Amino acid sequence: MVDVTPHGADFIPAAEVAEVELYHPHSWWTRYVFSQDAKVIAIQYAGTALSIGLVALVLSWLMRLKLGFPDTFASISPDMYYQFMTMHGMIMVIYLLTALFLGGFGNYLIPLMVGARDMVFPYVNMLSYWIYLLAVLVLVGGFFAPGGPTGAGWTLYPPQAITSGTPGGQDWGIILMLVSLILFIIGFTMGGLNYVVTVLQGRTRGMTLMRLPLTVWGIFTATVMALLAFPALFVACVMMLFDRVIGSSFFMPAIVEMGATPLPHDGGSPIMFQHLFWFFGHPEVYIVALPAFGIVSDLISTHARKNIFGYRMMVWAIISIGALSFVVWAHHMYVSGMHPYFGFFFATTTLIIAIPTAIKVYNWVLTLWRGDIHLTIPMLFALSFIVTFVNGGLTGLFLGNVVVDVPLSDTMFVVAHFHMVMGVAPIMVVFGAIYHWYPKITGRMLNEAMGRFHFWVTFIGTYMIFFPMHYIGLVGVPRRYPELGDTAFVPPSVHTLNEFITVAALIVGFAQMVFLFNLLWSIRHGRPAGDNPWRATTLEWQTAGTPPPHGNFGKELPVVYRWAYDYSVPGAPEDFIAQNDPRPLTQGGPA
Amino acid sequence: MIAILILLAAVTGVVGWWLSRQRLMSKPWLEAGPVTAFPETEASLVHPAKIGLGVFLAVVGALFALMISAYVMRMDYADWQAAPAPRLLWLNTAMLVLASLALQGAVSAAHKAQLDNLRLALLAGALASVAFLAGQLLAWRDFAAEGYFATENPAASFFYLLTAMHGLHIIGGLVALGRVNVRAWQGARSGSLVLSTELCATYWHILLAVWLVLFCVLMGWADNVIDICRGLLT
Repeated sequence: MVDVTPHGADFIPAAEVAEVELYHPHSWWTRYVFSQDAKVIAIQYAGTALSIGLVALVLSWLMRLKLGFPDTFASISPDMYYQFMTMHGMIMVIYLLTALFLGGFGNYLIPLMVGARDMVFPYVNMLSYWIYLLAVLVLVGGFFAPGGPTGAGWTLYPPQAITSGTPGGQDWGIILMLVSLILFIIGFTMGGLNYVVTVLQGRTRGMTLMRLPLTVWGIFTATVMALLAFPALFVACVMMLFDRVIGSSFFMPAIVEMGATPLPHDGGSPIMFQHLFWFFGHPEVYIVALPAFGIVSDLISTHARKNIFGYRMMVWAIISIGALSFVVWAHHMYVSGMHPYFGFFFATTTLIIAIPTAIKVYNWVLTLWRGDIHLTIPMLFALSFIVTFVNGGLTGLFLGNVVVDVPLSDTMFVVAHFHMVMGVAPIMVVFGAIYHWYPKITGRMLNEAMGRFHFWVTFIGTYMIFFPMHYIGLVGVPRRYPELGDTAFVPPSVHTLNEFITVAALIVGFAQMVFLFNLLWSIRHGRPAGDNPWRATTLEWQTAGTPPPHGNFGKELPVVYRWAYDYSVPGAPEDFIAQNDPRPLTQGGPA
Repeated sequence: MIAILILLAAVTGVVGWWLSRQRLMSKPWLEAGPVTAFPETEASLVHPAKIGLGVFLAVVGALFALMISAYVMRMDYADWQAAPAPRLLWLNTAMLVLASLALQGAVSAAHKAQLDNLRLALLAGALASVAFLAGQLLAWRDFAAEGYFATENPAASFFYLLTAMHGLHIIGGLVALGRVNVRAWQGARSGSLVLSTELCATYWHILLAVWLVLFCVLMGWADNVIDICRGLLT
């Protein structure tokens, strides 16, 4: 037999991964609990992330109640407020959004969308989830530890993070938080290797990189960024753990606590922590945003029945945003004091990122332009994402400038800005994506009426929460204060607005309960969805059954013949052509 | 943040080179039909496990680059007092070089299907690595005996942190190498053994490179390089 292997190649991707080569579970435990199937792992990730997210939601109510009605809720002490704030921020950013986008949607969608039977390292993938769960449990353990969870703020700035004036600083709180983060990063790295290598090497025949749906591009790029950025948080956590446990002085300067007790530390640098933290912290914004960008592109294209405008430009924008986000971190540190030229440099890079981001926004709008827009629930959430993201992004341009940032940095304006751009906007995509892919995951549609109620209350409600907050910030109300008291510069209208925001927050929270009920109710009672309810082109809708079986695609893997956005092609018999549709397409449609 | 930016520049270079070969300029909306390239996914022909290890080593590289960045940042402070690294590190470095060489020998033995040589080289690599770890522990003892405890001054704290992190990565590698050793003595299928040996060798080479950089930084030889970089940045 003639050897056709190109010289030097040591791996030829199998044209067909046979069913027998897959890992097959043999018991209930390995099928549903210690499963190596990416789809099961995805649901485990998503379930855990949503559960811990619910805790963070409740914490936000408690904070809002204290801010809106400080006298009625006098039982919420300032210490408790700081603990709620810290846990709310950390859970939402890392344990909910990062885990849900990459661990949840990444695990479910990557193998299905690239046409693979599973991730390339299924065992490591399983470990990734269990270490994530352990990290979550350690984090929750903080609530039950003596002294409660840490109240250091979600940025955990030293030296206050480990001094005795901060809740949990000299108790177990900060230790559990740091250990939990370290575990999360180890677990994430295991999963992240899978997502990257599966996209690189696990694609089915015909699925070139430029035929990947933008969802995969977004998750892929975000994973690469996370793999390079999370080590910074890892290093910072390990060093702070050393400071706290064995009394070294990486971050701790010589300090006299409460004006009386000298601490044993000497010669550490708190600024060093800020550099490490934000070297992770800024890419983290885009680690959450890029999967959202990708998913929203697919939602808009599918529900407007139109090919995505500027696919290549979208890919380039994702890549350049990913690269640029590593050189902007110090814009979070303008108020910590830095050389003016450094401030200038970081302000410039920050503003440059607006260019690829704006390209993406224009492309979404141009995709909608003269599209056959179906106002389905996923589409409503996608549209609300664009609006919210533009809104939050514009205030980002203000804050990216040093002179504007310095006076606003410590006010509620910043809280409003990042909740708009990093809280509400990505969570809108999470909801849209859940309404979009739930039919594939369970085989049933989510309830329409509950869904529309959820959307309108969430969309309008979050604006009622965060829009007034900008004004509160502009009049100079500081953030991180549990109550304002009788402060001369705070007009009475601020107190009224605070009460209004609190009521709005409770209503939005109630809508999320309806959503969670819908998720559970529709598993049994939803309308059967069929294989492809949205008439979408991508491979996950062309599986052997719904929900997709173990191995995803039945006997043969699909072969891909076209890109992911052949909607409303002139001359085609239907208004979409699936990626694995082999009919040759001439300029006017299938011949 | 000098070290991490240098590493990121290198990673960006690799990614950029790779991207430049991915036909990012193609117009997928005009190119329906079967792919005629080989392979049909336009993926690379490197084994997924090797790519996975490569990505992981980039993560490891970022981890150490960030720690070195912090070290360099701290060195810049006026009150910095360097701690003299124990002389034993020279011997330990030699051990790690030996381990790396032994594993390279194992790779060539595996390619030539010489099972006896392969077993010997794998065992030598593992033993040299254990010797390296033991030497590091002795170096810690020497260092502490000179009065440099982890809490003594920032330089000493960094010494323990950097060596401990590197040692942990060697221990992790030894778990994998131990399993390869066991399989070599049991006589596993040669195909999988070749791949595992290659993966171990790559991991050891990179960890040796990381150690050499750490060694230079800890011994203070990198100060000139750091000064030049700092001059470039400011």
